Amino acid sequence: MIHLTVQGIEVEVPEGATVLEAARKAGIKIPTLCYHPDLKPFGSCGLCVCKQEGSKKILRACSTPAAEGMKIITHDHDLYEVRRTILELTMSTHPSSCLLCTKNNKCELQKLAIEYGVREQPFEVRLAEDKKDRSTGAIVLDPEKCIKCGRCVQVCQGLQGVYALEFIGRGDKTTMSPAAHLPLNDSPCIKCGQCVTHCPVGAIYEQDHTSELMKAIADPEKVVAVQIAPAVRVAIGEEFGLKPGEISTKKLYTALRRIGCDYVFDTNFGADLTIMEEGYELLDRIKNGGMMPQITSCCPGWVDYAEKYYPDLLENLSSAKSPMMMQGAITKTYWSEKSGIDKKKIYSVAIMPCTAKKTEISRDGEHASSSGEKDVDLVLTTREIARVIASRGIDFANLPETDADDPIGEYTGAGTIFGVTGGVMEAAIRTAYFGLTGKELADPEIKLVRGLDNVKRGEVDVDGRKVRVAIVHGMGSAKELLEKIRADKAAGRESDLDFIEIMACRGGCIAGGGQPYGTDDEVREERTAGLYTDDEKSVKRCSHQNPSIKKIYSDYLGAPLSEKSHHLLHTEYKEVPVYKQ
Amino acid sequence: MAQSIFSDELNAYLAEWKDKPGNLIMILHRVQEEFGYVSREAADEVSRQLGIPLATIWGVLTFYHFFKLNKPGKYNIQVCLGTACYLKGGDIIIDELGKELGLTVGGLTEDGKFSLEAVRCVGCCGLAPVMTISGEVFGKVTKNQIAGILDKFA
Repeated sequence: MIHLTVQGIEVEVPEGATVLEAARKAGIKIPTLCYHPDLKPFGSCGLCVCKQEGSKKILRACSTPAAEGMKIITHDHDLYEVRRTILELTMSTHPSSCLLCTKNNKCELQKLAIEYGVREQPFEVRLAEDKKDRSTGAIVLDPEKCIKCGRCVQVCQGLQGVYALEFIGRGDKTTMSPAAHLPLNDSPCIKCGQCVTHCPVGAIYEQDHTSELMKAIADPEKVVAVQIAPAVRVAIGEEFGLKPGEISTKKLYTALRRIGCDYVFDTNFGADLTIMEEGYELLDRIKNGGMMPQITSCCPGWVDYAEKYYPDLLENLSSAKSPMMMQGAITKTYWSEKSGIDKKKIYSVAIMPCTAKKTEISRDGEHASSSGEKDVDLVLTTREIARVIASRGIDFANLPETDADDPIGEYTGAGTIFGVTGGVMEAAIRTAYFGLTGKELADPEIKLVRGLDNVKRGEVDVDGRKVRVAIVHGMGSAKELLEKIRADKAAGRESDLDFIEIMACRGGCIAGGGQPYGTDDEVREERTAGLYTDDEKSVKRCSHQNPSIKKIYSDYLGAPLSEKSHHLLHTEYKEVPVYKQ
Repeated sequence: MAQSIFSDELNAYLAEWKDKPGNLIMILHRVQEEFGYVSREAADEVSRQLGIPLATIWGVLTFYHFFKLNKPGKYNIQVCLGTACYLKGGDIIIDELGKELGLTVGGLTEDGKFSLEAVRCVGCCGLAPVMTISGEVFGKVTKNQIAGILDKFA
């Protein structure tokens, strides 16, 4: 351990910790704009300046390792002046039209401007004139607001391994943009939205679709049927002052009804259905010598990445659609028939923790309209629906609880843990065990798939048969594993894995690109704990035990992997060039 | 595999430097030497051969003024705007060239013959203001000499 003082406060930190971390441990906040705990220190914003006692040399706390005996000054008049000047300079290339910004009230620069009492702009204001990039339909790049901190580039390349964004140009002409002046949609971008959640200001944000929802609600001809994803329920409360991880499922159902949605369903039902299809697909591959390992396909960011970077592994992806797309297809077929509401009148809305879901609803052509209509008409992120709820004057935190509508709103604990890394694997094992042995697992909790390690591997004993599994989250963590599978496959070697879960975002969907801002590992753990609690409290914890799932198979689909299932619940993948032009 | 747009020598150079750290800038220099600029296709080829993302390559190409992304003219005119040349009227030379050729800095004449760029110091400040055309240096250039100089490349 290393011992040092920060502003006179003694503090002990492990070897390798930075001065910034030491200060935080001492309870001292050093302002930062480019630093983010998910990323390597980058040292571009210069706000974390500090000094050592007796030295005039200015250090950057984020990238200075703590050393034994250091006496660090983080706050004095000189440093205050330096920071204030940096803020003023940063603001000289940043618009001050905060009221019009999606990040208003949540902007890290705005917060610092308030703290430092910046009331004037002493430097000439020069804004970038590049146009907004709306090409993806999921996320918007606004170069005018960019403060060039570099977080988005670091996220896109390091955390995600996507390499859509790069520092292009130099000096004050630098932009965070794709190669060759291409629109983002023609770049390798997978629309995961991690750049959105990491941007300290409002330079990257979700494409807002809230007015589409409001129009549909106001249209008397339309029956608005909404589904909510697993991860939304443990995060949306944060937008209304609740703690991360607090389960707000039933409050959200109520809120959706109050804003005028006609029917409220739960994507967790779709998740249970996914497990039936994907689980039985795995059993089928194991029993009949299909392409192994099987890789999950519910994350649209990962599917996008695979189609671009690993087209040779597309046959390893489960053909099962994502829970959202299954839920949409079932809403406009099974439920439409059951309720007697014409599918043409149904407007199917999905509330998702994810920006990539906005593009998923039209990515796979005919499969996205398996009901004969668009299976999902609209995707709103957690942040967007929170804005709608707030604008309707709803006191979310104190709402009464209601239940989802039958029969496609009922879910099990297995469905709810889809929102966290390892959750799909755990849910699949619970049902695959039953499928292979005819018995239920004694303990449904499979601990080895849980936690925030980038890659988790292990063997699950299924009645004497070892199922070899791996779980990856954070797209950038997948490369080594995927390269190994690629090499094995090319060499005709048998893979050492049977089933792999891949999620593009670190922590899984609970930390998706559409979730409330401010996500770090602490928040990830709290939201994760929320979903595991939801699972523990569930009466049924395995998808195949869901009475509504049993019923949809007996009344409508027949069996998993039936012809009807294939038509409604499965899809195809195709190679996509890394650059579209 | 599609046929490489690079010469055999360039491909051999890439193969030699493929796995050495810090190779990218050298390789891009070599590409520019062969083509006079680095086209998108050339950048794609470097990306494919080295396994370096195109974004990374583009970041390097746009960071250094040395790299050209557009095909230069048959005769590339460089006008120095370094301190000495600037003070001695380098900008006047640029204006005059612009008028003569109908060009702005970074442009290429319609017939593809001349391209014009501004550079920082070509290393002979005593001759300021300086311009070069395809490597040939012209010193102490005055506005009135421009048309005559261009005629030599007609």
